[in-house]
Amino acid sequence: MAGLADGAPGTWEPARDHFALFGLARDFRIDGRELDSRFRALQVEVHPDRFASAGDAERRRSLELATRVNEAYQTLKQPLARARYLIGLLGSDKDFAHDHTALPADFLIAQMELREAVADAAQARDLDQLDRLRDDLDRRLRAHYEELAAVLERAGSAAGEARAAELRAAEDRIRRLMFEEKLLADIGDAEEALDD
Amino acid sequence: MVLLQIAEPGQSDAPHERRLAVGIDLGTTNSLVATVRSGMAVVLNDELGRSLLPSVVRYTGDGCEVGYEAQAHQTSDPRNTVVSVKRFMGRGLKDIAHRESMPYLFDDAPGMVRLHTAAGPKSPVEVSADILRALRERGEAALGGDLVGAVITVPAYFDDAQRQATKDAARLAGLNVLRLLNEPTAAAIAYGLDNAAEGVYAVYDLGGGTFDISILKLSRGVFEVLSTGGDSALGGDDFDQRIFCWIIEAAKLKPLSPQDARFILSRAREAKEYLTFHGAAPITARLSSGEVVDLTLTTEIFAEITRTLVTKTMQPVRKALRDAKLGVDDVNGVIMVGGATRMPQIQRAVGEFFKKEPLNNLDPDKVVALGAAKQANLLAGNRSADDWLLLDVIPLSLGLEMMGGLVEKIIPRNSTIPIARAQDFTTFRDGQTALAVHVVQGERELVTDCRSLARFELRGIPPMVAGAARIRVTFQVDADGLLSVSAREQTAGVEASVVVKPSYGLSDDEIAHMLKDSLEHSRDDAMRRALKEIQVEAQRLIEAVQSALKSDGELLADDERARIEAAIVALQAAALGENRRHITLAMDTLDADTKDFAARRMDKNIRRALAGRSVAEIAGEESQ
Repeated sequence: MAGLADGAPGTWEPARDHFALFGLARDFRIDGRELDSRFRALQVEVHPDRFASAGDAERRRSLELATRVNEAYQTLKQPLARARYLIGLLGSDKDFAHDHTALPADFLIAQMELREAVADAAQARDLDQLDRLRDDLDRRLRAHYEELAAVLERAGSAAGEARAAELRAAEDRIRRLMFEEKLLADIGDAEEALDD
Repeated sequence: MVLLQIAEPGQSDAPHERRLAVGIDLGTTNSLVATVRSGMAVVLNDELGRSLLPSVVRYTGDGCEVGYEAQAHQTSDPRNTVVSVKRFMGRGLKDIAHRESMPYLFDDAPGMVRLHTAAGPKSPVEVSADILRALRERGEAALGGDLVGAVITVPAYFDDAQRQATKDAARLAGLNVLRLLNEPTAAAIAYGLDNAAEGVYAVYDLGGGTFDISILKLSRGVFEVLSTGGDSALGGDDFDQRIFCWIIEAAKLKPLSPQDARFILSRAREAKEYLTFHGAAPITARLSSGEVVDLTLTTEIFAEITRTLVTKTMQPVRKALRDAKLGVDDVNGVIMVGGATRMPQIQRAVGEFFKKEPLNNLDPDKVVALGAAKQANLLAGNRSADDWLLLDVIPLSLGLEMMGGLVEKIIPRNSTIPIARAQDFTTFRDGQTALAVHVVQGERELVTDCRSLARFELRGIPPMVAGAARIRVTFQVDADGLLSVSAREQTAGVEASVVVKPSYGLSDDEIAHMLKDSLEHSRDDAMRRALKEIQVEAQRLIEAVQSALKSDGELLADDERARIEAAIVALQAAALGENRRHITLAMDTLDADTKDFAARRMDKNIRRALAGRSVAEIAGEESQ
């Protein structure tokens, strides 16, 4: 926690990665409460409100650092964003996520069927069915994140070709998770639309 | 002779002297100014001991009156007496609801309306500045010195244009703005500090003209806003309006003169306030037309005619909870803010929704100003042992216009501020040297459905092939929630930036329905979006083939060239329609017809490269 010890902006190194910024190990599995409390502790040190009556340079620096801390927190807080960030640190190409051709046909078909089920339930204004679909998907997502965590852990400790192979496997899982998260958000939107 | 002591510059003889700062609640109906004295936040009264300053300004031939003085003339001089000016802040003429029933002479000016008064045309910023000036003078008189600065509160749901207008008004009134603070957040500070509250709190803030809901997490001196929502055109005024309409209908009144309308409206407001403590309110009036009103408004009728307004506030409440990923049971307490929350039907609806009694132990009229005063004291540098930190969010998503009128969201709503996001873009045409940047705010997918905040151009991009330039657009939202945007071409280092100043905007109704619409139309939007995307794709393909024909046309036989040109025309026709399948088919055809051509061009390029000629030479040859 070197970042916290010296506190004052100016002596603080923002260039380090998000995990190091919060004094956390570079691991997909993180303690959410620990992250929350370190986020608050960091903001207490760097937030512009702390420097409202300071000089221009200090105020600019504070704005920069508080922005940096917010960005890191947003990234680490959400599992999908955290996974995509971590895999980048481990050496994956930034653009891997956009390569949807890499997904197998059976996965895409299953996704399409789920989407249709959601659209049908929304059309029928069937909130219970939407709830069931969401709970199912939610459960599966959690299992998929668990699997991803194991793959990322192996990728982190491997090297060379072994690491590259694990990274490809992690990329594949992340691509699937992007679909599933989007679907989960869509179910939420559909429920919200029915509610209003 | 007595020697005068002269202190060294910058060295005060009272090093612990407090820096004078105030918190200002600039309300739709009433405004207040407060400060911290001996550790306690107090509202500053006028010389007659009144704490509220009615947000009313009257312009006469030789100046202006503010507050009660102006309010006294609102019936006799409605045209020159401006009430509820907050509803016009950052708004164009088209944005203002019910303007036909208002007594003002409006003038549509770029960006914001103007009001014609006896003192000439006035913008809402100037009118607000006159109110702020009165509050500043009250503060200086009470504290006995110049102010270091002020914290001014704004509805959490105010957009960038409305925030900027408020900040401009403060500057015009000679106030140094320490911070624009969201009203519900200010209330949470006042409540949280006074009650040493910990946990999750909801702030339900129904003011004169705006509604906000914020969900906050309070833990060990940190006030973290988790989500916020609302309606910047819904407030106590609308309840008055409902009573007003009921009176006209029940008493069968003929169309009213502006004076009579103001008169009936003030009777409506009195009846509303009376019903807070009584079961029925008598409404009697004699109009200038000779007509007589003699009615009784019961609590039941009042609840009935305002039911839809109460329901309208609960939608943003549910949305804010969802955005915070919390349920009703996670909320430890509900803080009620704004005079309009005194209405029994509001208390009941909120209590039923949250399954607990709302917290009413702070004066709903004063709590925002008191919280603002505490924050002003902190920001002025008057530190105390129990410092706290505030982490607030932006209420609406910020994005950019893309090809085809689509919005690319850069910063999503409810992001903690300050925040910055950068995104890389590229050019669409070969040799493109300028890029138009259009910044918008809102949740919908199409630019035309969002609020336009600013437009600017990045010029001087070196000519390159389409897609080769790397333009990084950066959004920065500061701790006041105000946005600045810059664009930079990475390879040449050309830069352009703006602090976002509102260009023109949406109507109040549109703002009010923006979030809701975004959901209702999401399916519709997705279809339109898919169509736009494919149209853009088609255009890109056409331009690429045309440019290839121009540079390497000699590689084609006449009949080949004719077939390709026919395919282009067919695709152009299909892209004008709305059938995605037709467009896709036409694109496939053009693709197939240019396959051989592409192979031949590739060969040519390889041969040219093998001949050892530089790219610059090749480019020079091509442009001839």
